[in-house]
Amino acid sequence: MSESGAVLTGEHFMNGDIAAAEGALAAGCTFFAGYPITPATEVAERMAERLPELGGIYIQMEDEIASMGAILGAAWGGRKSMTATSGPGFSLMMENLGLGMMTETPCVLVNVQRGGPSTGLPTLVGQQDMMQARWGSHGDYGVIALCPNSPQECFDLTIEAFNLAETYRMPVLVMSDEVIGHMTEKVVIPAAERIQLTPRRHTTLAPAEYRPFAPGADLVPEMVAAGRNYRIHVTGLTHDERGYPAVTAAVQERMVPRLTEKVRANAGRIVRFAAGGLEDAQVVVVCYGITSRVAQLAVEMARGQGLKVGLFRLITAWPFPEPALRELSGRVRGFVVPEINLGQMVYEVERCAAGRAKTLLVPHPGGGVHDPETILAAIEEAAR
Amino acid sequence: MNKQERAAGESAPAGNPAVAPPDAAPEGTAGRQHPKDRLLRGDRLPHIWCPTCGIGTCVSSFIEAIEESGIAEERFAIVSGIGCTGRVAGYVKLDSFHTTHGRAIPFATGLHLANPELKVVVFSGDGDLVAIGGNHLIHAARRNVDITVICLNNFIYGMTGGQAAPTTPFSARTTTTPYGNSEYPFNVPHLVASCGASYVARWTALHVRRMKRAMIEAIAKRGFSFVEVIAPCSTLYARKNRLGTGFDLMKFYHDNCEIRHGANTAEVDIGFQERIVVGKFVDIEKPTFLDRMQENMQRHTRKG
Amino acid sequence: MRFWRVPLDQDRFRRPRGRVYIIVERCKGCGFCVEYCPLDVLHISERFNKKGYHYPEVAKEDVCVDCNLCEVICPEFAIYSQNVTDEDGPAASGQAGALRPEEGSGE
Repeated sequence: MSESGAVLTGEHFMNGDIAAAEGALAAGCTFFAGYPITPATEVAERMAERLPELGGIYIQMEDEIASMGAILGAAWGGRKSMTATSGPGFSLMMENLGLGMMTETPCVLVNVQRGGPSTGLPTLVGQQDMMQARWGSHGDYGVIALCPNSPQECFDLTIEAFNLAETYRMPVLVMSDEVIGHMTEKVVIPAAERIQLTPRRHTTLAPAEYRPFAPGADLVPEMVAAGRNYRIHVTGLTHDERGYPAVTAAVQERMVPRLTEKVRANAGRIVRFAAGGLEDAQVVVVCYGITSRVAQLAVEMARGQGLKVGLFRLITAWPFPEPALRELSGRVRGFVVPEINLGQMVYEVERCAAGRAKTLLVPHPGGGVHDPETILAAIEEAAR
Repeated sequence: MNKQERAAGESAPAGNPAVAPPDAAPEGTAGRQHPKDRLLRGDRLPHIWCPTCGIGTCVSSFIEAIEESGIAEERFAIVSGIGCTGRVAGYVKLDSFHTTHGRAIPFATGLHLANPELKVVVFSGDGDLVAIGGNHLIHAARRNVDITVICLNNFIYGMTGGQAAPTTPFSARTTTTPYGNSEYPFNVPHLVASCGASYVARWTALHVRRMKRAMIEAIAKRGFSFVEVIAPCSTLYARKNRLGTGFDLMKFYHDNCEIRHGANTAEVDIGFQERIVVGKFVDIEKPTFLDRMQENMQRHTRKG
Repeated sequence: MRFWRVPLDQDRFRRPRGRVYIIVERCKGCGFCVEYCPLDVLHISERFNKKGYHYPEVAKEDVCVDCNLCEVICPEFAIYSQNVTDEDGPAASGQAGALRPEEGSGE
């Protein structure tokens, strides 16, 4: 099939993986390096088909470690770059994700989550990498992770991920899941002019003045590309503003907390969530990804029984919407957190609630979505 | 002068013939500068490498290769991994990237494909490129990606204190082979050539000019080009095997290298303190990864 | 330089002349330059630099041919040779006393 143009304006019937690929293309991604893994393979296949016709580069690397490395290199070569994977590949990518964080390299990593651990359930859903998304690589750094709950959001949030990557000069995660990735739904792609894109914040300073790791007021340094005579040095070692290795506690203190702080301090601008029925809620269901769609039904069923239930859907899982959850915890009886894992984001809810409201986890070990009745039962219990 | 004064950083008085006179002017006299300082991050010298380590010599040849390559300096991008040789990226005043252990080649691949105008040179050590990075090495060679890889082989993991590497010769002693290495080492030129590299050469740190010429050829070569440089590790490899210092290893190279251009790479393995075959082993023309990709796309668009 | 017979065109070629500069404080006393200078211009000094390394010195004046081997083989970027031409004048071309290691800070 031959398509023209990076932005396929119009109405489509496509699955989440394809929509994520199209979102990347619409965002100006011109480099994809990946490795096949169920259920993310379709992202790579779509990029393999579309990128060369648009003058972009697709390369299938020998493993996920190489894929993550290659997209970092491509970013320093001046392109917007992306990779896509699932659990086992996500684990492999962790070291280079840390390199991307430490070197403040803008790029996007899509994880279409599946059941784990280890090889687990390649073709079945999980939401078991949420904490790994936050803490997966060693060391301290901030994380931005977006959770689509529909193919439309796979398109929209991948664009958002690229924009956030450029704004905060860091890798950004899109934490999709197997059901959303393989679900086929209507996706509306707007005209290119209607899509708001953040360009790379390339420095306008001369090479002698530019410091690749000197932050601006928003705690983010300007970016540059290789080959423009800036003669930069980029290293994973703790480094100073010039990028030179500076392996001392003093420099660590000056430079490394900023990697966490640049997300934390800007969280107000980054955090996104979708909520409904919070005004008089006694119970709030906190959910994300495919589970949010099941939870939606459970919430409707509960309301039908007269329970005052609200729905709080995380769009950014990281940074976690702490102020909103803290505020809610002061006026609700309890939170219900259904997730397709044995408890991950629930701990964030619990932490923010700080004992002011009860927190009920509705776990699922993976391989399928919740029965709405189990979520309903938890809502009823939380309301007692 | 007593010990305390000496320790406080004072030089010996001018009359003492044992110590060099106080510094007159920076970098030689009358504004003279070492010719290679232009391409070095002088504010980071002295470098971390030991006395009689061969890495500095190889960097010296490399700088000359860049200057004589005829290619604008700003087009170069140096990518290295982790290890003593991995520190090269930090000292050369070009766009340079010090990446994760073993992963310089995939990073370099992405960098090159994103901007094929760049001259991407991976400069890293044997442990980084052939052990943890081995998979990436063979795939980049297989794809014939148009990058240059300079592998400095000192037969050991230097930075971490002298452990065995996949290039350590049989019977050599290292901290993890206290009874002598029992593994077969890689014959690196053979490995890389068999994967499809366009250019494979091996020299030692002693062969400064031939090494430079090989680097120039490798950089100019279209396709995956690989230069292995055998270099002395004094503090660990030489010392632990009672071979003296790097100086003695350089003398060993002098007396035991055989230049055999076009040698069959299957025959260039290196035994412990045995002859080292050096030379240019492979120099062929074949389409690069990008060439083939473009060829396919052109064929596709012609079919319409 | 000693010839077993004098080349017929000897007067048409000028032997290049060089002067060696040593950045004393960079030297780590490895000895490569001394060992591999093709004309044995250098020897290891009895003096040592701030870090305690014995650095090279010119042992034979007026012999250096500016081959640059010391420059490229030195792992520390501590030594180099430069061409000395007649334009520099007789004082620069290596008369007695002028060919000395130049000492600089090197850091």
